[in-house]
Amino acid sequence: MNIQSCVEVRNEWDIVKARQSGRNIAKELGFGTVDQARITTAISELARNIYLYAGSGEVAIERVENGGKLGLKIEASDSGPGIKDIRKVMEDGFTTSGGLGAGLPGVKRLMDEFTIDSKENEGTVITSIKWLR
Amino acid sequence: MRIPILKLNQYLLITIQVDLDDKTALQFQEDLLGKIHETGAKGVVIDLTSVDMIDSFIAKVLGDVVRMSNLMGAKVVLTGIQPAVAITLIDLGIMMKNVPTALDLEQGLEKLQQELGG
Repeated sequence: MNIQSCVEVRNEWDIVKARQSGRNIAKELGFGTVDQARITTAISELARNIYLYAGSGEVAIERVENGGKLGLKIEASDSGPGIKDIRKVMEDGFTTSGGLGAGLPGVKRLMDEFTIDSKENEGTVITSIKWLR
Repeated sequence: MRIPILKLNQYLLITIQVDLDDKTALQFQEDLLGKIHETGAKGVVIDLTSVDMIDSFIAKVLGDVVRMSNLMGAKVVLTGIQPAVAITLIDLGIMMKNVPTALDLEQGLEKLQQELGG
């Protein structure tokens, strides 16, 4: 079974589309309502970051497996300006948008694994996984 | 998309039953303030029973509309926040400080009645 989806983020509606497809996949994989809400919210935050900072990009959602563990992976990527200081964006309360997003530390708390790969002027890829308990 | 706002005596009742996108959320903010102005409503209940996700943006819009309504002289209570939504908001680090809440519509209306002095 190969469950996956990829949503292009270009406008505010695509944020809704991305989180709805995330919820469907989370449900299908057997996540409970609380984790479904966590995953959906994380996708919403990441998709909004793309829209706000890069203008456009994509959110890919797929099922992952590791040593018998089943999970859902979110990969949010864009070719935007990139993140200058990753350590700084991971500090609670840091914002460049004036508080529009809860920020990446919030997303990290919602998920189990979280990595940022970003190059200035090239773009950003954020990968995050929630494992099924 | 427009979210319907119902008037009941001196109260306005809203139940959000759609997956809120940014534009709809901001439109709702404007509509509610307009309706408070138009009707002279003293209290507002925004019921979130059917809302299965609140991200930081929607939380900000809701928190703002509570404060904006207060500025106009109307009290707002948010009701029916689901367990999964409460957990997610705290995980995210959003505390919704100073935003009045109640378990359900009934208790929300009671809270307003108490605050408005019967």
